[in-house]
Formats: sequence, structure tokens, C-alpha cells
Amino acid sequence: MTSAVDHHHGPATGMTRWLFTTNHKDIGSMYLIFSLLMFFIGGSMALIIRMELVEPGLQVVQPEFFNQMTTMHGLIMVFGAVMPAFVGLANWMVPLMIGAPDMALPRLNNFSFWLLPFAFFMLLSTLVMDGGAPDFGWTFYAPLSTTYAPPSVTFFIFAIHLAGVSSILGAINVIVTIMNMRAPSMSYMKMPLFVWTWLITAFLLVAVMPVLAGTVTMMLTDIHFGTSFFDAGGGGDPVLFQHLFWFFGHPEVYIMILPAFGIISQIVPTFSRKPLFGYASMVYATSSIALLSFTVWAHHMFTVGIPLVGELFFMYATMLISVPTGVKVFNWVATMFRGSMTFETPMLFAIAFIVLFTIGGFSGLMLAISPADFQYHDTYFVVAHFHYVLVPGAVFSIMAAAYYWMPKWTGNMYDEYLGKCHFWCSFVGLNLTFFPMHFVGLAGMPRRIPDYSIQFADFNLVSSLGGFLFGFSQLIFVLVVVKCVKGGKKAEAVVWEGAEGLEWQVPSPAPYHTFETPPEVK
Amino acid sequence: MKNSHEHYYVPSQSAWPIVATFALFFLAFGGGILINYGSPLLLTAGVGLMAYIFYGWFSKVIEESHDGLYSVQMDNSFRLGMAWFIFSEVMFFAAFFGALFYVRTLAMPWLNGEGDHAMTHELLWPNFIGEWPLLNTPATSSSVPSGLPDPFHLPLINTILLVISSVTLTIAHHALKENDREKTIRWMAITLVLGVAFLIVQGIEYYEAYAHLGLTLESGIYGSTFFMLTGFHGVHVTLGSIILLVILMRLLKGHFSADKHFGFEASAWYWHFVDVVWLGLFIFVYIV
Repeated sequence: MTSAVDHHHGPATGMTRWLFTTNHKDIGSMYLIFSLLMFFIGGSMALIIRMELVEPGLQVVQPEFFNQMTTMHGLIMVFGAVMPAFVGLANWMVPLMIGAPDMALPRLNNFSFWLLPFAFFMLLSTLVMDGGAPDFGWTFYAPLSTTYAPPSVTFFIFAIHLAGVSSILGAINVIVTIMNMRAPSMSYMKMPLFVWTWLITAFLLVAVMPVLAGTVTMMLTDIHFGTSFFDAGGGGDPVLFQHLFWFFGHPEVYIMILPAFGIISQIVPTFSRKPLFGYASMVYATSSIALLSFTVWAHHMFTVGIPLVGELFFMYATMLISVPTGVKVFNWVATMFRGSMTFETPMLFAIAFIVLFTIGGFSGLMLAISPADFQYHDTYFVVAHFHYVLVPGAVFSIMAAAYYWMPKWTGNMYDEYLGKCHFWCSFVGLNLTFFPMHFVGLAGMPRRIPDYSIQFADFNLVSSLGGFLFGFSQLIFVLVVVKCVKGGKKAEAVVWEGAEGLEWQVPSPAPYHTFETPPEVK
Repeated sequence: MKNSHEHYYVPSQSAWPIVATFALFFLAFGGGILINYGSPLLLTAGVGLMAYIFYGWFSKVIEESHDGLYSVQMDNSFRLGMAWFIFSEVMFFAAFFGALFYVRTLAMPWLNGEGDHAMTHELLWPNFIGEWPLLNTPATSSSVPSGLPDPFHLPLINTILLVISSVTLTIAHHALKENDREKTIRWMAITLVLGVAFLIVQGIEYYEAYAHLGLTLESGIYGSTFFMLTGFHGVHVTLGSIILLVILMRLLKGHFSADKHFGFEASAWYWHFVDVVWLGLFIFVYIV
């Protein structure tokens, strides 16, 4: 432990510390702050959507702008908020958890981060361009995104390229770090689950982000250089776009949830004061989910007109995923079973994750049933489903991780009272927002439309009120972070009584450089 | 193994990455401006800055390597990083191959009315008779090609050039391992010449396609897949040739030793990858 700390050189001073840094902790912090900023920008767009949907009819925005808001909200939340937050957590925690001095390729790491502000500056700049921002939905189906797209689509395409380069290089860095930088004697099967899930996530990223890059490149040439990839008149097929997009898009869904599984698998044992139940099965379940994710993409396209054999194959393959996912949920519950549980804020978020993510999983199973999906497709039921896996799923896990490791990052305990306020407001807010969407969706309310039929009015009002509650409760989180950075009760090295792992062997706050010589692993 | 763990070099602050993000941003935003508004200024600035960064950043890495800052473990990081980068490139090409296979095996037969798609055929383009290679597209295309490149003429020459270049590169590698610097340089130069020859032949092929056959990017899905697959491959050969040129220049300067020459090996991996992609192209774009 003594060798883990180095006092020779600290951070540089001034702006150059952040611009030129090669330090995984600095870069991790920048990723996290960036993603929080994007979370608020994307969240404001969601609130504009909910404001318009308070009552039937058009009152706040024009339909064209509404479309831009749904599109930008989705793109920013997926590529700007959730993914960078997980990369930030990986940056901070993976080297600490495996006993590495830093990420394997530190300068590349800095490059990966700084691409993001440029990518999102470019994406957001489309809002002020002629013809407005992209308005074709975050899935940007052709021909909406090609033949009928606003001119700003060119900038959207290049913004996706930049964000994609950032993701690929970041993922390569994570893989190389985990494969090459583990402390001696930390075998793969001794790695903490957060590290395992990130290794698999990074593999998914390297495998599918290039496919997305290829897809938007085909869009670019279809729009500007006369190719016919997504044009049936030239022998191409708009459905090809959907296949390519979802070949990227479905693994992308797991990119946003596998690290969450890892986080929950760190937190639940800590606050249950028991080792994780079924470590090996967790590893195998995560790997199975990742591999299966390459074989289920067309379940997003059941109604587009694919052959019957395709409907059946993708239906059964999708249902198969519930098996490894069920293993995970079982293991988390079994870990808590007869544990000496306490309910600090990270644990509250983790338990809410298990319950609410499972609801999202079950609605996913409903959507997987191809004949039933013909009814659910493109309704608010789909919106309810993926928000249940993304908000109390991905976002809650990120919040849980932030509370769990914040004392290690800042050296101070966060305000437990405010943390619990944040949790309960978010919990109530998100359920108010998204649970009624199941009902209006099953009753046939289509998604991505600024107006709706009168019978959906009550539920939509509830959703909007919940949305504003959820949105504004996130300001509590900002308050918690600011207070925690500024001061508070000093945190000990082992912040949580039941916490295990190398990250708790370094002092709190973690020194600027850690594990310059590798630690001994039991 | 344990020993190598004790000196992992973590570089101190560096300005290269952030300048590189500016360069890439100029490339992307400049590309958008060029396409939408017609001004190439920002894009040109991006290209220039990018070239400068490649030179500067890689020089720094080479310098650090010569100063003995890199351990065996660091070397392994570079190897893994390059391997996964090549894997990501494979997936990029997979998207375009996937598009090719999809239109050939699914989209075109459906437009022909195969399977339960009789009405697709009737309602969209009842006169359409699709067969691969698809020269006459369903909707009238602005440029209907009069013919296609003969796979056993220029493309076959190119296949031979690339396959031989992989062999010559391997000979150079073996020579380097035997510390025969002169032989290494000779075979490396031959490899580079073969790569450039490939690019020239492909240039001739493109010229013939555009000027004599009327096969262009706008010739429907055949032209799209043909030019995008071979074009992106050509871009990779160009990049690979530049890499080989840099390695050749480093060889001339006396860089690399018999047991430590990862820069050389990385360029060789990349070259072999480009070669394998070409074999896939030759089979699925030209022959089958």
C-alpha cells in the first residue's frame, strides 16, 4: 500500500493542466463533467418536448422544431451523456481497480476526450443553421435523413464521425489497459466486475462504431455524391439503412447497459456486506449478452417487411437474451439475501436499478414478441420501454457510481441527506414520467408526434409533471457535487464498511498518481 | 514479467492531442463547409495541421523510444492498440461488404418479385429485370454503364501486385530480424514501389470506368458499392504506402534493431490487412 502513493509530482497549474493532461483521473473528471453538461442540455430538450405534450394541440413549439428536439435529445443523451459518463468512470476507476499507474495510452486518452466537445459543438451548431437541426429522429432512418433531410445533415454526419473516432480510440485504450496493465497476479477471473463489463463493452464499441461510421458515410455519399445505397430506384434499399443502423444500434444498447451491470455488481455486495453471488456466472452472462447482441438487431424492424424466417429468428434470439439477464438479476438479489444491508444513496440507486431495469426488461420481452410488436411498434410503449432501461438503468447506475466513488475522488463525503432527496425525487419523477407511457402506448398513442388525441390527455399531463420533477431534481445532484468538491466530512481510504478492491487501498482523495509500482493482489 | 511492470512510462503533459483534436475538427467541420457552402479553406487547414501533427506526435514517440523510456509492457500496449485498431478497420469494411451482400442477395431479388414480393415488383417497377451486375437500375439512371471492368485484366494485375508486395514485405522483415539492413531497405523499397504501382493501375482503372465505360458513382447500386469499396480500399493503400515510406526513411536513418522494431511490424500488419481486404474485394466485387 505504501508504494501505491507517489508524492513527487502533482498536477500542472492553470488551464494547461486540463488541456494537455495525460492523467487518467483528470481525463475521467473531464468526461464526467462533460457528460453532466450534456445531460442538462439533452434534458432541457426533453422538457421542451414534455411542455408541448402537457395538453393536446400545438401550443409551445412548431412541429418542425418538435422533431428537432426529439432527434437532438436522443442523440445528445446517447452519445453525449450516457456513453461519455461510462467512459469517464472507466477512466477514473479501471486503473485504480486493476492496480495500473494510468491508462495504457495516456495521450490517446486525452485525444479521445477532447474530440467530444468539438463533436457536440458541431452537432449543436446545427440548431442555428438554415433549415434547422436534424429532425429525423435519433435513429436517422433513410430516406428521412437523406432525401428529405435538412442541409445541416452534413454536419450531423461529420459530428457522428468525430464522436465515433472518440469512442473507438477510447475503447481501444480501455481494452489495452485491461489486457496489459493489470497488476501481476490479477488474473482475468480476479478482476472486479466493473472492469470485466467494461472490457466487454469496449469490445462491442470497437466492433460496431466503425459500422456506424460506414453507415453515415453511405448517407453522405447518397446525399451529395449520387450513390444509391438507400435508394430503391438505384437498386439499393432504404431497409438496408435500418439493418446497418441496428447492427450498430443494438450492441450500442448494451454498450449503455453493460457498464451499468458492472457498477451494480460493485455496489450491491458492498452494502450487503457479502461477496457477490455467482461471480463467474456474471462474467459468462455478460459475455453471452454481448455475443447475442450481434444476432438480434432486426427486432427493431419487425414491421418493416422482413421475411417470416427473419421475424422468427430475431424474435427467439431476442428472447434468449432474457436468460443471461435473468442470471444477473438473480445474482444481485441472491447477493442481498441475508446480507447486512444498509441503504446509503448508492445502494438506493442500485436497488432502484434492479427493480426498474427489470420492468424495462420485461417490457422489452413484450416487444420481442414479433406478432405483438406490430401493435406496439412506434407507440409510446416503446418510449416507455427504452426509457425504463436507460433512465433508471443507465442513468441511475451512473448516479449510483458517482455517489459510491465521489468520496474517493474528492476526499470528502457527500451530503447524505441531499443525496437521498435526489434519489427519491428522481425515483418518483421518473416513474411518474414513464410509467403512464406504457398505458398511452398500448392504447395506440404514436411516438414523435407533437399533438395527440384527447383521450391521452390525463396520462400525458402526469408524464409532463413527472418529467419536470425529474429534470429539476437533477439540480440537487449538482448541488451535492459542488458541496462535496468544496468540503465536507473527510472520507477515509475505505469509504464504505463492506467495500473490497484495490481502489480502496489508496487514500481518499486518490493521489494524482497511484500504483506507479503495481500492488500485490491477494 | 514483474520487472517490466515497474517502469511503465506515463508521459507528462502533452500538447499534441489537443492540437490533433483541432485538426480533426477542422477536417470534419471543414468537410461540412466544403460540401454545403463550397469553401475549402477550413478543410485545407485541417489537412495541413493533421500532417504536421502526425509528424510531430510520431517524432516524439520515436524520440521517447530511442531514449529507452519504453518497457516490454509498453511495447505490448502498442501491439494490442494496433491490433484492435485494425479490427475496427475490418468492421468498417464489413459495413460496406454487408451492404453489397444485402443488395445482391435480398434487395435485388425482391425488386424482381421473388419470394412473396410479387406485389413489390408489380407496384414499384414492373419492367425491372434485375441481374447482377446491375447495370440497368429500376428507375432510369443518369448514367447507364456500357460495360464493366474486366476482372482478369487490371484487377488481376493489381491482385498480383499486392500479393507480391506482402511477400516482399515479409522478406524485408526477415532481413531486419537478421540485422541485414541493406537487404531490408532494398525489399522495403520494392514493396513501396509495388504499392504505388497498385495505386497507378487503380487510377487507370477508374479513368477507364469513368471515361470509357460510363461506370460512375451515380450508376446505381453497382457503381455505389464498386467505387465505395475499392475507393476506401485505395485510400487505405495510399495511407499504407505513406506509412511504408516513413518506415523506409526511418530505415535509411538507421532506426530499428533486429529485436526491437515495432513501428516496422505495425506498418507490416497494416499492409497485410489492406492486402487481405483486397482479396475479399477481388472475389466479391470483381469475380463473383
